[in-house]
Order: sequence, then C-alpha cells, then structure tokens
Amino acid sequence: MSDKKSIRRKPWATSLVILLGLILSGGGYAAATTTVQNETSAEMIEEGRKLFLANCATCHGTNSEGTDAGPSLIGVGAASVDFQVGTGRMPGQASGVQLRKKPVQFTEEQIQAMAVYVASLAPGPAIPDEQYLDNTGDANHGSMLFRINCAMCHNAVGAGGALTEGKFAPALEGVTEKHIYEAMVTGPQNMPVFSDANLTPEDKEDIITYLKYVEENNSVGGFELGSIGPVAEGLFIWIFGFGFIIAITVWLTSRAN
Amino acid sequence: MSDLEKNNEHEEEHFEYDGGAAVVPTDKIEDPGLEPHRPRMTDKDPKAAARAEKQVAAMFVISIIGAIVAVWGYVAFPIVGDDLSNTRNNALWVGVGMALSLLGLGFGAIHWAKTLMPDNEIVEQRHQSRSEPETRAAAVDILNMADSESGISRRKLIRRTMFGALAFLPIPAIVLFGDLGPAGVGDKMRVTMWDRGVRLTRDPSGVPIKASEVTVGSTFHVIPDGLNDLYHKLDEKAKAAVLLVRVNPSALNEAEDRKDWSYDGIVAYSKICTHVGCPVALYEQLTHHLLCPCHQSTFDLANHCEVIFGPAARPLPQLPITVDEEGYLIAQSDFLEPVGPTYWER
Repeated sequence: MSDKKSIRRKPWATSLVILLGLILSGGGYAAATTTVQNETSAEMIEEGRKLFLANCATCHGTNSEGTDAGPSLIGVGAASVDFQVGTGRMPGQASGVQLRKKPVQFTEEQIQAMAVYVASLAPGPAIPDEQYLDNTGDANHGSMLFRINCAMCHNAVGAGGALTEGKFAPALEGVTEKHIYEAMVTGPQNMPVFSDANLTPEDKEDIITYLKYVEENNSVGGFELGSIGPVAEGLFIWIFGFGFIIAITVWLTSRAN
Repeated sequence: MSDLEKNNEHEEEHFEYDGGAAVVPTDKIEDPGLEPHRPRMTDKDPKAAARAEKQVAAMFVISIIGAIVAVWGYVAFPIVGDDLSNTRNNALWVGVGMALSLLGLGFGAIHWAKTLMPDNEIVEQRHQSRSEPETRAAAVDILNMADSESGISRRKLIRRTMFGALAFLPIPAIVLFGDLGPAGVGDKMRVTMWDRGVRLTRDPSGVPIKASEVTVGSTFHVIPDGLNDLYHKLDEKAKAAVLLVRVNPSALNEAEDRKDWSYDGIVAYSKICTHVGCPVALYEQLTHHLLCPCHQSTFDLANHCEVIFGPAARPLPQLPITVDEEGYLIAQSDFLEPVGPTYWER
C-alpha cells in the first residue's frame, strides 16, 4: 500500500499519466477519423462540393458548367483535379496565356475531396493506380515513346521548351510520377490528351520510368547547360570560347614588359 | 651602321609606290618610323630573367602533367558496362589532360620567346608585286614559242575540235548528278505510302487506330500500315508521317470541297513542315495551333493548317481519311499535293 502510494507520488507519475492519456485520445481520434474517411464517399463529395463552391465556382460555375472565365469540369475526372490543384496551378492566380505552377493551396485531404466531387459529376480519368507509378517500367521503350509523342514540346530529356505566344511546355524534372501520369491522361491546358487507348498504362509507366532515369543519371556529354540545346551551348561557346581565343590573341601580340 | 640598316637604305633608293587607279594623296602623313626600343625587365634585371625562365619551365611541367592526366583518365575510367558516368569521366579527363598538355607547351614556348629571346625590332620593306621587265619579256617569249611550236593559231581544225571536246567533257557529270535532284527521281517526291484503304497505325508499334479511341483533344503520331515491314522504312516514314488530332467538330472551319476529308472532328495532316521539312508536331490543344520547332512556322489546324506565322509558304497537306467497316481509320487516297518543302516543279 505504501509502495503504491509512493509510486503515485513520484515526480514522473504525472507525466506518465498525461502521456498515456494523449496516446489514447490521439490514437482513438486517428482511428475514428480514418474509419470515417474510408467509410463514406457521400460526406467527402459534400465536403468537396463546399470547397468547390468556395474556391472554384467563380470561374467554373456553381454547377461546374463552366463560364467565360473557366471551362466546364463535367467529365474531366479526378485525375484532372488532382493534377491542377495538386501542382498549384489551380486555383488560378491571374488570367493569362498559361497558368503556372505555384505553391499548393490545399491539403491532400481537401484536394481528394474536390477530386471526388468533380469525379461524381460525370465519369472521367481517375487518379492513377500506384502500380504504374513505381518506376519499374522499361526505360528504353519509354524513351522511344517519349521521343515520338512528347519530346517535340518537352525536349528530349524533358527540359521543357517554348510554344507560341508566351506559352511553354514546362520542364519535367522534379514533377511527381502521379502528376506526370495525370497530365498525360487529362491533357492540361494546351497539352494534348494521351488517353489509355493511345498510350496504355504500361506505356505511361515506361515513359515515367525513362524520365526518372534521366533525372537520376548524369549526362554523358559533360555540362548540360540546362539541356536546352544549341541556344545555351552556342551562347557558352561564343562568350567563353571566343573570349578565351581573343584573350590569347591579345596576349600573343602584346610586348613583354 | 649595321647590316640591317644598310639593307633598308638600299631598298628605299629605288622603291616607288605604284598607285594604280587609286588617287595618290600628295599630302600623305610622314612615316613616323620605329618607336624607340624599350628594354624589357628581363633584359634589365637578371632576377626577372631567372623568374621568367622558371615560369617557362613551370608551363612545360604543366604540359607533362597534362599528358600524364590524359593517360590516367583513359586508364582509370574505362568505358565498360552500363555505367554512363564512366564515359563522362573518361572523356572529361582525357580532354582536360590533352588540353593542358598542348596549352602548356604552347604557352611556354610563347612566354619563352616573348621574355627571353632577343627582341630587337626588324624592318623588312615590301617589294612591288610587278615582275622585272626581263622576267615579263621571257614569259611572253615562252608563250609565243608554245604557239608557234603547237601551231594552235594556225591549225583551226584542231583548235575547234579541242574546244568542242572540252565543252562535252562535263556533260556526263551533269546528266549523272541531275538524277540526284527532284527532276530525276520520277514521282518519288509526289507519292507517299498512303493510298485508298491504307490503315492509320500508331508510331512506332504499327497498331491500327480505331476512330473511337481518338478522344477529343488527343493527338496520335501516325504511320501507314505496313511501314514497319519495309526495308527502307525511314525513307517512306520521312514522307508519310502524319499527325492525327480530334477536335470538337464545331471548332473546325472546313472548306466545302474538303468537308468529307475528316471524320467526326478527326483530322490528319502531314507532319513534314512545308518550309524545310522539320516534323511539325507541337500541337496546342486549346488554340489548335501547330508549331514547327525549327523556325517557328505556325499552322492553324482549325483552318486547314493555313500558315499564321513564320517562314512556311504553304499549308500542311491534309490526308483525306474515313473509317472502314471495322471502325479503323483508313486513308481515302494519297495526299493530293506533294508533302514537305517546296521544290521548283510546283
């Protein structure tokens, strides 16, 4: 009895009790919320609809029917929402020829809620399955498909490139596997669509594997200079190569002091 | 008076400029002559000379090190296996080593010449380019002798047939080389693999495309069915490559006589730029613009690919398409005009 009493009176006893309480309540809450998320889609759709009305409806219309300021979202699918909001392109910052990547404005749960809501309007491309995003495809085949379908805009190693009137194909370095897949399947902004009938999910996996391979491996030819080809390389050689030759010529013809 | 100065004086005595047709100014600026000789530090100070000597030697040593680095780089990074970084390191160190080796030798030699070798100024006068009268007369004699001995002025028959033979000599070359150009290749520049009923297939797999698979906003890179079976398939692909796009049919402004060339908003255009033949495939889904990456020629897909910007002179040729009974996209015929850059026969 006296022993028990003494334990309760030990200085760390209070901390222990608080810790136990925290673990129980926190863990219980986490378990409860996880169950809720997995359980209902209707609640998530409602949550997504609220977020949509508050953040998107001004341009896309209250029923996602589209307005002069933004296209209809009926049938664009969850993949489109996950790409546009997940890369920060949406909500748009300012109107212009092209919406740019910026810091993401929503949490992952909020994005999923909006994706589920938009997907509930009409069928469209879904968020890709994890099995196509683990970079275990055939990089060689992916490279060939990339050169045929993508390289004309995005550059042979995905360094990006210019389009007309200020638009551009963005660089693909550092873009997550999921977002690359979603971009192919939805065709955001001026990018054409590469549906599963055109490039199968396995083809897309090969392309992503190739892009990640390029990202992780050094260029064979030395300095890449942005991998943008003759502009950067020409500028480099005209400034530094010719500068060096001119400096040598000046030194060669000057008198020794 | 040194030998050199004597020589200069001798030259000046009978040296006259021949102005030719140019206006010779009468008030030309006096020749200011040579600057006074300025001795170098290495001439004045033995310590500076010793320092320069060491510098030259150091550059030669750098050259030796460079040669060793090049061999080390070649041996240390053999290009074997799948590791691409070996190629990079091999090329880098062999290149750096050889550059150091060459530059060290060159810089050392020049520094040596500039600082330590004699630096007295030397003048060498220019001579008139016209030969001496005796030389000129001798040349005329040789020509006259050749004329009289060969009789080329007298024997008209030989002279004329010789000129004739010279005129005919290059004709075989002209005829043979003429076949390299479009004038000699028959209809190769006009005709591609596309023909009535040829299926549109995916590049590179050759799998035929169903119209239902081409969703709005999609682009397919297309080759004709059977291309992959050809031995010279790149020759044919260079002419027959096609970009297939589906747009909302209401977005297309189709000419009355070309309305049945598309299928429910699916249009097919040659991918070969009409400027200098680059592949035009940068398609913007929202503006329906097709951009050529080489010279920024821009084609408006919604208006039969008319040129809206850039150096291309003609719209991209359209391939008339339809579907067969199985739903696969097929060509109605070949292109109705030659694909690719303009040549002189059209």
